[in-house]
Amino acid sequence: MPSFTEALQSQVGRKILTGLTGIFLVLFIIFHLGGNLAILGEPDAMNRYSMFLHDMGPLLWIARIGLLAVFVIHAWLGISIWLRKRKARPNNYAVYSSKGGPSKQGLSSRSMAFTGVVLLIFVIFHINTFALGETQTVMIDGQETHDIKSLVIDTFENSALYAFGYAFVMLLLGTHLGHGIWSAFTSLTLSNKKASAVVYTIGVLLAIVLAVGFLFIPLYIYFGGGCDAALINCN
Amino acid sequence: MSTMTIKLKIWRQKNSHDPGHFEDYKLDDVNEHMSFLEMLDVLNENLIKEGTDPVEFDYDCREGICGSCNLVINGRAHGPKHMTAVCQLHMREYNNGDTIVIEPPRAAAFPVIKDLVVDRSAFDRIIEAGGYVSVKTGAAPEANLIPVPQDTSNIAFDYATCIGCGACVAACPNSSASLFTGAKIAHLNSLPQGQPERDKRTIAMVNQMEKEGFGDCSNFAECEAVCPVGISIASIAEMRKDYVKAIF
Ligand code: HEM
Ligand code: SF4
Ligand code: FES
Repeated sequence: MPSFTEALQSQVGRKILTGLTGIFLVLFIIFHLGGNLAILGEPDAMNRYSMFLHDMGPLLWIARIGLLAVFVIHAWLGISIWLRKRKARPNNYAVYSSKGGPSKQGLSSRSMAFTGVVLLIFVIFHINTFALGETQTVMIDGQETHDIKSLVIDTFENSALYAFGYAFVMLLLGTHLGHGIWSAFTSLTLSNKKASAVVYTIGVLLAIVLAVGFLFIPLYIYFGGGCDAALINCN
Repeated sequence: MSTMTIKLKIWRQKNSHDPGHFEDYKLDDVNEHMSFLEMLDVLNENLIKEGTDPVEFDYDCREGICGSCNLVINGRAHGPKHMTAVCQLHMREYNNGDTIVIEPPRAAAFPVIKDLVVDRSAFDRIIEAGGYVSVKTGAAPEANLIPVPQDTSNIAFDYATCIGCGACVAACPNSSASLFTGAKIAHLNSLPQGQPERDKRTIAMVNQMEKEGFGDCSNFAECEAVCPVGISIASIAEMRKDYVKAIF
């Protein structure tokens, strides 16, 4: 019998781990989208949300490190699956096409590694912009906190590159998840013959909702939304 | 009866070291009732008459039960029809003037021997790793000694119909052998006779599949679409479940 760590490195283990980390990342981005949508709420809702996270102290750091680990494992597995596939078929077909029917092959499933690598680069860039970016401080309930909302609005309001660049990457996120959500359920054997079509449809719908939710915000700000916040200097 | 002219673009490769290339052929008077392999027989007769090497391709039963035939036609394993092996495909699926591209299954684990014939002994080694039930041989046992519920027997039979053609590998963008391996594991693991070696079998077959150099499964489900007997990707789920059960 293989040990637990050997089992994790088998084809079955790798697949289950990709699925688990993928689902975890999906749960995280659902949570993340909730935070982003605070920009549409009360003027100080987003900064309150940020304050709430910072007040968690060490818990926040545990969550951050955990998330980073999951992200790195997921990306590493995804890239290694892609590298292995290249080795498994060194000579490609001159002509290749899907046979349709039950096949889930398409733009989304064929571009997982590409959309994944773009997401990886994007996330590094994204953390640099918002998590490590310089912020002003504001007072909320007599407590000093980061004015993350101004940073977000400044970033998207003044740059078409940022606003449309973000929106475009979010389309790629949707593309990744169009196959990804169904795939993760299948990898974890939570889908079966009867449920397959339903799980696939729910996966695609959730992917669309998430992509639209995320890409809406930068575009909304670029086109002048989010400006009537009491805490922010709008021009 | 209508006849047609068919243009063929066929992969020719002298041996496993030869880089290989496509060769163009033209066949007049192709009868729509011919099977696809009969059409290739006619081509080969012509080539032999011309004194050139015939195109090497695999077949045996020509009735969809042996799993020998495995051509990739216009980019699809076993051709355009679902639940059909190449040997069951007929020329009426094609039109006068069509160009048909024929390639061997392409996978590192299935090296080309000659032209369209590949070495599929990797599948045999996966079976050798655990795709059997150990029994004391001797007189045939009484058939009803071990009761098998009808539902179980139906499920096992569905998985047992895998003919080992390798189309699943040929069509998978990752060259994964998960459908084949999953079908074999799910078949034996669902039967009472398969229980004693269940964990050992699952682990050994999954490991062997990896060792042979097949790729990972990315849940494309393309394998199910090309499988001539319609093995479902549910077999892959069974393999994953049984693998996890075997570990814990
Ligand atoms: C927001 C970030 C991400 C989310 C929410 C996410 C989500 C998912 C999900 C749910 C799956 C399906 C898992 C499975 O098939 O079992 C998946 C698969 C995959 N992910 Fe991601 N992912 C993200 C980032 C990345 C990154 C950064 C990479 C690579 C650099 C990546 C590469 C892949 C690949 C290649 C697959 C397909 C695995 C396969 O072929 O089986 N993903 N992802
Ligand atoms: S699972 Fe289907 S396609 Fe794969 S080897 Fe068996 S019969 Fe052929
Ligand atoms: S020749 Fe036997 S299955 Fe096609």
